[in-house]
Amino acid sequence: MSFLQIVEGPLFYIAAAIFLIGAIWRVIGIIKIGHKRDLAPPKGSGKVGFVAGNLRHFLPRKIFAKRTWVHIIAGYSFHFGLFALLLFAAPHIDFARDRILGFDWPALPRWGFIIAAQFAFAGLIMLWVRRFSDPVMRLISDWDDHIGSWLTFLVMLTGCLALQESHNALKAIHMLFVDVWLIYFPFSRLMHAGTFFLSRGYTGATYGRKGMTL
Amino acid sequence: MSAVAQKAVSKFLEFIDADIAAYAESCVHCGECAEACHFYLATKDPKYTPTYKLFPLVKAYKRHKAPLSGLKKMLGLVPAEVTEDELREWEPLVYDACTMCGRCTLVCPMGIDIAGTIRKMREGFVAAGIVPEGLSVAAANAERTGSPMGVTLKALSAQIVRQEKETGIKIEIDKKGADYMAILSSMEIMGYPEIIGAYAKLFKQAGVSWTISSEAFEATNVGVQIGDGKMAKMLVQRIVDAAEKLKVKHVISPECGHAYGALRWAGPNMVGKEFSFKVVHIIELLDQLRREGRIPAGEKDGRRMTLHDPCQLIRRGGLLQEPRTLLDDSCSDFIEMEGAGIANLCCGGGGGVSANERARELQMAAFAQKLKQINDLGDIDAVVVPCANCRTVFEDGLDEFEVDLEVVGLGELVAETLASK
Repeated sequence: MSFLQIVEGPLFYIAAAIFLIGAIWRVIGIIKIGHKRDLAPPKGSGKVGFVAGNLRHFLPRKIFAKRTWVHIIAGYSFHFGLFALLLFAAPHIDFARDRILGFDWPALPRWGFIIAAQFAFAGLIMLWVRRFSDPVMRLISDWDDHIGSWLTFLVMLTGCLALQESHNALKAIHMLFVDVWLIYFPFSRLMHAGTFFLSRGYTGATYGRKGMTL
Repeated sequence: MSAVAQKAVSKFLEFIDADIAAYAESCVHCGECAEACHFYLATKDPKYTPTYKLFPLVKAYKRHKAPLSGLKKMLGLVPAEVTEDELREWEPLVYDACTMCGRCTLVCPMGIDIAGTIRKMREGFVAAGIVPEGLSVAAANAERTGSPMGVTLKALSAQIVRQEKETGIKIEIDKKGADYMAILSSMEIMGYPEIIGAYAKLFKQAGVSWTISSEAFEATNVGVQIGDGKMAKMLVQRIVDAAEKLKVKHVISPECGHAYGALRWAGPNMVGKEFSFKVVHIIELLDQLRREGRIPAGEKDGRRMTLHDPCQLIRRGGLLQEPRTLLDDSCSDFIEMEGAGIANLCCGGGGGVSANERARELQMAAFAQKLKQINDLGDIDAVVVPCANCRTVFEDGLDEFEVDLEVVGLGELVAETLASK
């Protein structure tokens, strides 16, 4: 079995299993901690507040936007770019069809891939540079933040290098970083992708019960 | 781990529910919360970044309670134990540099309720005995008299007699079967007693049956401010007992921010049962009476006024529109400050900060931000502040910065502009 076959075969399936089981375990673990029943008579709906909280925090508030615009632009740029690449890059769709799902969907044209990659790289680099250039972020950042940024960067970089699929070695390196990223994900702060809806939702529910519009 | 640190960590873990776990798991250390915090804005010191203030609690969670923490511990991937030195280092951040205003939640991409988490984190500091002296004194007063300022029934009675003379209206104490029982903050009783006369005038006109209990007249809950759940419960229970004894249908929470949250939203959870009465904020009640035509507005106050939004009433209490409706009826030249409403800046003295002498310099720096917000409006004659604690902070701050600006309570303004029968 070649190195490529290992990293996109058994190692990938092991990594994907760790990713899925670990992430689900962690989300369920948080929910299972639970909270006491709120005995205060509500003025509004906690469930509506949960959804409203999730939606409202996608949108920046004008009063803060002028102070946090770098983060807003970099954050959206990185996340939109990353999801576009993850879900619509032709090699990813082929991989999903052949190894996981058995069906495919339209892929991004090459120019679309390049634009998405540029947004993702620009956003990620801006966010990472701020981790050590901004005094606030420097104080609150830890090794997990840096490892998460670097791993994601390396996954994206090796993915671009492997785009032509002309060299198996490049593709294998990309798959190796994907596997490492998948294994690292549930143990790290990358998990925010799976917990943000709880964080926003719980606060939204509290506000909702108070009859407040966020 | 030292016994002191152990006490704090045990309390942290006891208070970490699914909400706080989700917050600890979701913070990506983006630091945007700093841009909403008046203490950071005033000093530009990164240590005042709101999420940083939670670090000891998050450490304890990640080491002891987080899902997968057992596996991570085996791999050496959990944070070290929280130490006593660390708690002592963090204590000023938790008590001096957080008013629990909740503005940081609005800017947080994850919607993390840092203010609510600080409230619970303070329980750990109280358990460990690591609290500022100013708040300890207020807590001791509250334990002795029910009031953080040590206000006694005798002092209240004297103020009531004075207000009866001023208004010519009899104020009944311990009236059984009244519809409403009013509670007041110490600040109001000692600093702004005219609010008692305003209640008498407004409720007489509206035909509201009301009373004040001789056993539970204090609304301030220093237990909530300091983070002492036992004391907070005791102070709420005192009000519940008095309300049940007098068989009132409603308890009126006064113009005091945290007192409303402590009784209306946290109260039933503290005493472990639903109340037999409803808790209504005085602003809510006045708005309702106005809508029912029972306290019609008369001639408006012509002064140019703006409104300060007390955090615990507006941002964390949900009373956004009511004060504005009342002000529109009472003031002919009302102007909103930039960022008014849910995202308005805190006065800098809530959450027990104003009772903490050590925090004074920082508090004044934060108040300067508030003052700038008001100065940016140009010529203002008065600022309406519907919270007695904020009002004291304003008067103190205006004095410190030698600014001539009148500070007005909303209830008094509504009473003064009431249409005569």
